Amino acid sequence: MAEVSVKNSIAPDRKGNVVSRFVWTYVFATDHKVIGLQFLFSSLIWFFVGGFLALAVRWQLAWPWSDMPIFGHLLFAESGGQMSPGFYNMLFTMHATIMIFFVIIPILAGAFGNYLIPLMVGAEDMAFPRLNMMSYWFMWPAFACITLSFFMPEYGASAGWTSYPPLSVFQGDAQSLWLLAMVFVGISSMMGSINYLTTIIQMRAPGMTMFRMPMTVWGMFITAIMQAFALPVLTAALLMQLSDRILMTGFFLPENIAINNGVASSGGGQVLLWQHLFWFYSHPAVYIMILPAMGMVSDIISCFSRKPLFGYRPMVYSITSIAGLGFIVWGHHMFISGMNHTLAMSFMVSTMLIALPSGIKVFNWIGTLWGGKLQLTTPMLFCVGFVSMFVIGGLSGIVMSAPPVDIVIHDTYYIVAHLHYVLFASSVLGVLGAIYFWFPKMFGRMMNEKLGKIHFFLTFVFLNGTFFPMHFLSQMPRRVADPYIYEGLKDLLPLNQFMTICAIGMGLTQLIFVANFFGSMFFGPKAGRNPWNANTLEWTTASPPPHGNFDVQPIVRRGPYEYSHPDTEGDYYPQTETS
Amino acid sequence: MNRVWSVLFLLVPVLGIASTLMAMYGIAPLESAWLPKSLSQAGDTIDQLFNGIHLLAAFILAGTVFTIGWALWRFGDRQDPNAKARYITHNTKLEITWTVIPAMILVFLAFFQMKSWAENKMDRPTVTVNGVSTFKPPMVMVKAKRFGWEFYYAGADGIVETQDDVFVENLLVLPVGEEIVLQMESRDVIHSFYVPELRLKQDIVPGMTQFVWFNAREEKDIEIMCTELCGWGHYMMKADLNFVSRAQFDAWIKEQESAYSPEFKNAVETTASRGEVNTVVPPRFSSASGSQLGFKN
Ligand code: HEM
Ligand SMILES: [Cu+2]
Ligand SMILES: [Cu+2]
Repeated sequence: MAEVSVKNSIAPDRKGNVVSRFVWTYVFATDHKVIGLQFLFSSLIWFFVGGFLALAVRWQLAWPWSDMPIFGHLLFAESGGQMSPGFYNMLFTMHATIMIFFVIIPILAGAFGNYLIPLMVGAEDMAFPRLNMMSYWFMWPAFACITLSFFMPEYGASAGWTSYPPLSVFQGDAQSLWLLAMVFVGISSMMGSINYLTTIIQMRAPGMTMFRMPMTVWGMFITAIMQAFALPVLTAALLMQLSDRILMTGFFLPENIAINNGVASSGGGQVLLWQHLFWFYSHPAVYIMILPAMGMVSDIISCFSRKPLFGYRPMVYSITSIAGLGFIVWGHHMFISGMNHTLAMSFMVSTMLIALPSGIKVFNWIGTLWGGKLQLTTPMLFCVGFVSMFVIGGLSGIVMSAPPVDIVIHDTYYIVAHLHYVLFASSVLGVLGAIYFWFPKMFGRMMNEKLGKIHFFLTFVFLNGTFFPMHFLSQMPRRVADPYIYEGLKDLLPLNQFMTICAIGMGLTQLIFVANFFGSMFFGPKAGRNPWNANTLEWTTASPPPHGNFDVQPIVRRGPYEYSHPDTEGDYYPQTETS
Repeated sequence: MNRVWSVLFLLVPVLGIASTLMAMYGIAPLESAWLPKSLSQAGDTIDQLFNGIHLLAAFILAGTVFTIGWALWRFGDRQDPNAKARYITHNTKLEITWTVIPAMILVFLAFFQMKSWAENKMDRPTVTVNGVSTFKPPMVMVKAKRFGWEFYYAGADGIVETQDDVFVENLLVLPVGEEIVLQMESRDVIHSFYVPELRLKQDIVPGMTQFVWFNAREEKDIEIMCTELCGWGHYMMKADLNFVSRAQFDAWIKEQESAYSPEFKNAVETTASRGEVNTVVPPRFSSASGSQLGFKN
């Protein structure tokens, strides 16, 4: 095995002083595991920033125009601590932006994709280690832009994460920073996806056929394909909007638009063009935000059911068809936009169809649980939580994809309920499950089970308390700082207060996770190579794996899900074991 | 201990479906949630779809998540170290069943709802004049702007955007029991015209013209909401919508006509084109109301 050559390239300065060793291993890292951890840590930090913004949004909805705790007096001394309506718009814009682009996408593709792909396919590293390093580094200009935008007069971009022109074109400078940040994130993802595709196609260990790959790798693979096809469109759209703002072009501006003190653009553009381009990326992006999680959940559920994944091939085909259909459903975000109303019907049909593979996946997960010898560990609980919450999110998806119904619920809190069931209650639960599951591999120690279970229980209860009632607010517009100026919505205040209290509870619960994470990192019991008795390749090497990953070249002899195989004594059958 | 988790998952469909039904049928404490009472025939159809799909969803939720909870109950407590899980990789018959049945349901749903969509968004009302069928002319031209609504009634000639239009701001008064067509345009950014009681929503895009139509059956005072983010004052972009009898309506419009003066209209035109950039404004709007930006002078 060619492990020697790779080893030398990373730490040329093994005998150097502590500082230079630290810099060479952790900053200029080309090892996919270190880069994965870099993504993991930065995403977790942004997760807390995004969470704070969400709590501020909830604060305003529960106690409108009351004094904001902590930050109120810092920022709004003259009004006695209450936020301004523009500030509220900034809050939900930055919350969504950070959660989507700095947390979920980088933690799934960046952290777990990087860490797991080479280990699971039996490669010593990514195909292009330096490109991999660049892909992480390109996150930093994005972090800088967003951080800087908080110090702009309007405290940050505030045109919504969807940034519809003309509003976004006439925002303050924070919007330009926002656009730049998104461009950088896109470049970073692009470099990542090229790397993943090459690694998965070219660097699989002997015997690792495509249909012996774990679902995690399949999820990452399909995600990378989607990113590679959709991101160029988003990047083009972002640059067009930037040029509308700075170079006074008019891609997205019609003539005679009366705003900005009468300074109108030359016009000649199309307002809806942005929405088509944006959703052409962002619908695939919502699947980018869940397919890797679906893959990881499949592996974890199979492992703790001690049972093969039910219907492995249909699972692969269904994520593939989700990805394919994902490119022709974007119009379901635009039913009410003024887009041709006949076109809405075709987008409705494709959207209905995409619910089918999603349903098949759920049935297969349940089929995996059925008849298993379930071990309800913390990662397993999070993953079962994922499945049951994804059912709710998928079902509300079907409700919204009926255009006549969407007339009522579009741009109301019903949408907010849907997207939090799929993104928080599914993707984030999946990510947390994956952290509990692969933590022993990453840090060589186990996380505390008792704290983990408390963390799961409280998160699960509070998240349903926060997000389920949002379905009932199907007449309350989203992105409205004070819904109670409408007579018809005044009675909804107590429900909103209930949700805010649950949200605060959910936020506090995450502190248990932080304590568990850092406590276990230093004091957790040592994990062996394979603490969960799992089959896949990453568990055959040391925890944490050395540079170059495997001490011997893994030879793959069977699929990843041969749990409780009748031919074996034990209840697992590692992919490399000779029979 | 494993039973606890099973119960936790079983509670999801129980509480989820119970609270959904409470909201749907207006049972306290969720009586004001869900949707307000529908005011139109087309709205009733949407409600049937909305409730119907939710009931279907409730069945699926019960079926799937109950099975999950049950699986945890049955298979979560197997302490016998020698017992092995069943080695099942797939079951073609079962898989075909759970692909084909949902597919049929989804295709049915897809076709079933098309009529309602056409009724609401595609079949614009027509009138027959001298044997020729044309689109029914709009009664009111709606101009959305940051952060308010302008309404221009067609006036005596029955055509909007002419000299005799009657202008009213942030108040729309309309007769009940008639098919009403509104024409909508935006002066600046995207806005969205939302009336929950009419089950009516339409984005208003600068550079484009939209038409909406409805037929309300009850005299009632309701509100128009803006549901597309349009800047810092988005939250206060509301207007009143009063449905009155034809006689009251005729009297009201007469009154407006006489109060109406060309200077007033000019003032409106110039202020409307003076839209503001996103300035952060201290929000002591204790008496916030839709007429904040009204022209009271
Ligand atoms: C069963 C599959 C799904 C269907 C049928 C579906 C359908 C829809 C529809 C029709 C909308 C537009 C609603 C509107 O704005 O009026 C929507 C919005 C959304 N969906 Fe889904 N969805 C599905 C799954 C997912 C998944 C898996 C994710 C992400 C992981 C997701 C994330 C979102 C987000 C973030 C939005 C809101 C975007 C915004 O306006 O800010 N959806 N979905
Ligand atoms: Cu979508
Ligand atoms: Cu608005």
